[in-house]
Amino acid sequence: MESCNCIEPQWPADELLIKYQYISDFFIALAYFSIPLELIYFVKKSAVFPYRWVLVQFGAFIVLCGATHLINLWTFTMHTRTVAIVMTTAKVFTAVVSCATALMLVHIIPDLLSVKTRELFLKNKAAELDREMGLIRTQEETGRHVRMLTHEIRSTLDRHTILKTTLVELGRTLALEECALWMPTRTGLELQLSYTLRQQNPVGYTVPIQLPVISQVFSTNHAVKISPNSPVAKLRPIAGKYVPGEVVAVRVPLLHLSNFQINDWPELSSSTKRYALMVLMLPSDSARQWHVHELELVEVVADQVAVALSHAAILEESMRARDLLMEQNVALDLARREAETAIRARNDFLAVMNHEMRTPMHAIIALASLLQETDLTPEQRLMVETILKSSSLLATLINDVLDLSRLEDGSLQLELGTFNLHSVFREVLNLVKPIVSVKKLLVTLNLAPDVPEYAIGDEKRLMQTILNVVGNAVKFSKEGSITITAFVAKSESLRDTRAPDFFPIPSDNHFYLHVQVKDSGAGISPQDIPKLFTKFAQTQSTKNSGGSGLGLAICKRFVNLMEGNIWIESDGIGKGCTAIFLVKLGIPERLNESKFPFMPKVLATHGQANFPGLKVLVMDENGVSRMVTKGLLVNLGCDVTTVSSGEECLRMVSLEHKVVLMDVCVPGKDGYEIAIRIHEKFTKRHERPLIVALTGNTEVTKDNCMRVGMDGVILKPISLDKMRGVLSDLLEHRVLFEAM
Amino acid sequence: MEVGQMQRRLVDYTKSLFMEGFLDSQFLQLQQLQDENNPDFVVEVVSLFFEDSEKLLNELTRALDQTNVEFKKVDAHVHQLKGSSSSIGAQRVKNACIAFRNFCEEQNTEACMRCLQQVKQEYYLVKNKLETMFRLEQQIVAAGGSIPIIEMSS
Repeated sequence: MESCNCIEPQWPADELLIKYQYISDFFIALAYFSIPLELIYFVKKSAVFPYRWVLVQFGAFIVLCGATHLINLWTFTMHTRTVAIVMTTAKVFTAVVSCATALMLVHIIPDLLSVKTRELFLKNKAAELDREMGLIRTQEETGRHVRMLTHEIRSTLDRHTILKTTLVELGRTLALEECALWMPTRTGLELQLSYTLRQQNPVGYTVPIQLPVISQVFSTNHAVKISPNSPVAKLRPIAGKYVPGEVVAVRVPLLHLSNFQINDWPELSSSTKRYALMVLMLPSDSARQWHVHELELVEVVADQVAVALSHAAILEESMRARDLLMEQNVALDLARREAETAIRARNDFLAVMNHEMRTPMHAIIALASLLQETDLTPEQRLMVETILKSSSLLATLINDVLDLSRLEDGSLQLELGTFNLHSVFREVLNLVKPIVSVKKLLVTLNLAPDVPEYAIGDEKRLMQTILNVVGNAVKFSKEGSITITAFVAKSESLRDTRAPDFFPIPSDNHFYLHVQVKDSGAGISPQDIPKLFTKFAQTQSTKNSGGSGLGLAICKRFVNLMEGNIWIESDGIGKGCTAIFLVKLGIPERLNESKFPFMPKVLATHGQANFPGLKVLVMDENGVSRMVTKGLLVNLGCDVTTVSSGEECLRMVSLEHKVVLMDVCVPGKDGYEIAIRIHEKFTKRHERPLIVALTGNTEVTKDNCMRVGMDGVILKPISLDKMRGVLSDLLEHRVLFEAM
Repeated sequence: MEVGQMQRRLVDYTKSLFMEGFLDSQFLQLQQLQDENNPDFVVEVVSLFFEDSEKLLNELTRALDQTNVEFKKVDAHVHQLKGSSSSIGAQRVKNACIAFRNFCEEQNTEACMRCLQQVKQEYYLVKNKLETMFRLEQQIVAAGGSIPIIEMSS
């Protein structure tokens, strides 16, 4: 043992105090050692504690503190220097560590606090999301319910099924006690209980529609909570004491077909709308309440029901209409077939009768004509003429009636073809010439230069029309003149037609031909004009003139078929009248060889060329006659050579010439000699040209000419038609039978 | 004057020629022979007629001036004239020629000279008329119209 210089602190030790200190230090040390252990234990348990290092530090601090206190135990009594050193070391370490920890904690504690706030924030957020989730889920569920309900409702088009299904599904989805539908009665003044969920056959309760509660429900498209005591909600007999569940009512619009025709259909005025009332009751004694999403569900369903009902109504309508149409169709079909049969029968009848009627007709006309040729006394001749006239008239009548009946039922069709328009007019003139000359009328034809020579149309019927109109003009004129004007109608004049419903449409390959026939004859009084075109209608004046009265009616129909119009104007009785008609004709295309092989020749030679290319030799001393004869023959298409003397004739004549026309002025002389010479030149008969004498002298007889070997004689003056006839006779028979 | 009026004037004028016997239906035949391929047929024929007739009339005048009238030659000329005039339908000229021929057969110089005068007169008349008619036609054609076709009773 060392000697120590310190004064022994031999203070009177309060043994108790020291004891207590001893014990406290011990326990402190214990605590200080067990706290880190606990900390380590719990930290090991939790995996997320982020501050391990701090914990170690803290543990170290505590351990050292504990160590210090423990070592302190030994310092109460005499202790060695080693103990003192250990004590000091421990204290030093402890000081260091505790200071470090203190410093560290300054950083750590704010962090820990913020962790706490974040935790709070997240908790709030989680709560909010939970709430929203709950909302979405309810909405989705509502939607699902609605879809299912709608699907059920719309899967049928039957009214009752729709309504019944609605109630059933609603009841199921919302777990209702009772669900009922009140429909408005026919009068619209009451609501009648039509469908309920639980009761199978609801007795016909009715409530007046003017109840305030009903008006309240009808005034909004939302579901409205109503009192269970209101008349519409008293659906179940009250059995015992129970608290009835909450009741909600909603309006169901009943849409009419007519509602869909109003343009602003979302804002239909309530006056035109009818509503039904749907009442839903929650189970009694259940303390359940109507939630918002349930109310929304109910509103949506009410709308869907309205739509489904209207669809059902529309379907009913259309089915009914379809049935009606089918019936009508069948009836119409039958009628059409009957009509067709009738027309066929009529046509057959007409065809047969036509043939039957025409055969004897022809016989009569032919024999009467032949009879006319024989020797008859004047009375006999008169009788035969009357027979002929009457039978011609009858033949015309038959034709007219047949035509008209075919025109009436539309079975007549135009026979279109390309024809010479100018020649149609000339033909008409030719046909009326006999009557015109007898009546001493003057007929003038005025063809405008823009009238094409060729047109596409029905030539026969156009001629018939023109002939009829001109014929009428001639028939009803005792004297004076008749003017026929034809021109192509321009669009301005087209609009000036007298018919209000005639709309001519000019087009590129068609033109409207305007024909006007003006006469200075009897005229027509204004009140008779509308009747002119009706069948069989005849005025006083026309009755005497013969005819069936069908002519103009037929003309009108022909003109209409040709997409034209016909009308008659007259200034009054005795002032003549004007018949005007417009017809639509086609313009032929550029004629090409392939289509009309003979057309170019026709164009080159005017009108009807009967003898294209026929080589003719004309001999005439007189220059003017020569030219006229040549003109005649050129018109008929012949290839003409002219000579002015006999010698020239003999020189020029050749086998190419088929006909020699020679002017024989005086009997004997040149003409006959030439004929003999020609005979000598061409020995074989069939090669020799035919020789015909043209003469103005009646002494030149047929016999004389025949004796010298001529084949025929023609008396001048010779018309175009006569020349044509002569040539065709000559070429056919090689000899001219008649001199005229 | 517009085309319609001119046409009407022509028609009236032509009508009058027929009514007064200057022309007959043969002239209408001539008109019928005129078409697009032969547009001036009538004018050509009539011009030829005028030429021929002038010549013939001169010959006739000369022949009848002779002291010894050669009636055969005169007859031949008149026959020619008759033929030409009947070919174109100059009716009055033709009739005058027929009368002339009769007197030629009788060999009556005085009468023949009178007939010649008659024929000349008729010829100049018809020439005048025809020339007027052609002028009217030309006017119409120049104005873009068409020549109306006439059918007549004889």
